[in-house]
Amino acid sequence: MPESVIAIGDALPYLLEGSLVTLIVVVGAMVLGLVLGVPLAAAQVYGPPVLRRLIGLYVWFFRGIPLLVFLFLFYFGLCTALDVNLSAFTVAIIVLGLISSAYQSQIFRGAILSLPEGQFKAARALGMSDLKAICFIVLPQALRLSIPGWSNEYSIILKDSAVTYALGVAEIMARAHFVATRTYQQLPLYLAAGVIFLILTYAGTKGLRLLEEKVRIPGYSPQGF
Amino acid sequence: MPTPILRIENVSKRYGKKDVLKGVSLTVNKGDLKILIGPSGAGKSTLLQCINFLVKPDEGRIWLDGQEVHYAHKRDLYAYRQKVGMIFQDFNLFDHLNALENVRIGMVKVRGMGNPEAKERAVMELERVGLREHMYKYPAQLSGGQKQRVSIARALAMDPKVMLLDEPTSALDPELIGEVHSVIRDLGNNGMTMIMATHQIGFASSLANEIIFMEDGRILERGTPEMIFCHAENARTREFCSKITELYGETR
Repeated sequence: MPESVIAIGDALPYLLEGSLVTLIVVVGAMVLGLVLGVPLAAAQVYGPPVLRRLIGLYVWFFRGIPLLVFLFLFYFGLCTALDVNLSAFTVAIIVLGLISSAYQSQIFRGAILSLPEGQFKAARALGMSDLKAICFIVLPQALRLSIPGWSNEYSIILKDSAVTYALGVAEIMARAHFVATRTYQQLPLYLAAGVIFLILTYAGTKGLRLLEEKVRIPGYSPQGF
Repeated sequence: MPTPILRIENVSKRYGKKDVLKGVSLTVNKGDLKILIGPSGAGKSTLLQCINFLVKPDEGRIWLDGQEVHYAHKRDLYAYRQKVGMIFQDFNLFDHLNALENVRIGMVKVRGMGNPEAKERAVMELERVGLREHMYKYPAQLSGGQKQRVSIARALAMDPKVMLLDEPTSALDPELIGEVHSVIRDLGNNGMTMIMATHQIGFASSLANEIIFMEDGRILERGTPEMIFCHAENARTREFCSKITELYGETR
């Protein structure tokens, strides 16, 4: 058996453990981004002008600085300056989640704006407060429409998570690099890392596609007419 | 002596430089059906939306059942809107909910009713508009006429004191108008107080106590259907009525 195949076989359990770390980081960041992104989007559409502008600044800030800069800023800069002891793993989730919240807020905002105005209006005409109308009428529809954009965001965060290797998070890339430099089997190991990423991208986007089908409102065809 | 249920005084609205409503006043008695007619841009729709404050009037006061509505107080506003049902031209059913849930959601989330009780009432209201067998269908699976009937059931489930109908049949195919008209007719016969904007003057004249002709943000002329359609004083009213009769058929 060629040496390269043996190298991959030996490293595989170790790499798969890494993909578990990657997945936890990605899911954690997606959830944090969702939890922050939904209220940000709603406030940016329905909130008072001052709040809208502040959210605009927030989005600009987190979309405007490279991930690597943020990671170093938080992990080596902020954590040291404030004397907080956070693991690289935790910082990775927080930073990826904050950045994702900026992107996700714009996915949700687009979805909210694409709903017919009459939906919100009819809810208020029934006597619902703005908050109730947003929670019970606007968001259930907007979130459904957000799934395609969300699957984009998933594949982007998944790939971005490889950058957290720079902090020493033991995810796929860090482990592949570690084994590759030790065994001098760079090509097969980085290839294996790439393939694992491809599989994870496929599984995630496929899963979201299924979710999209599952929550589709009856009577609406995928073509929209 | 008729009792006024809704009183609107001097309601004005301006969008930028354009005065859309120029001090409109209106008193509606219990059981009245008032029909707003007039060319598009006359302010009919804005007036209806000002009445339940979906559009905030710049000036004017509104009383329901003798109580002035203080719309700056959110709680008062939400309570008031429950009592004023609104029917839209394009239905505005909640697209992610089936017919039953559309009717139920206001009772549960706004009136705080329990689920089983609200469901029972929702089924009853859907039955009243003839849609019991369609209650599990989603808006996209219903015809325009059925959608509008669901939206009427949704409004009725809130026990409104007044209903505002903003051209309820304008978005419908001609053969679907009748089913919505018959539901509105039943409402009128049961004593529901309504203000309706419409171009269907045949239907309007058979049902209304008063026709209100609006143009350019003002009430130009008002009176019984007979007066407005046959003996209008104002030349503009006559002109509009003859045009609309040509388009929408006989006045009777």
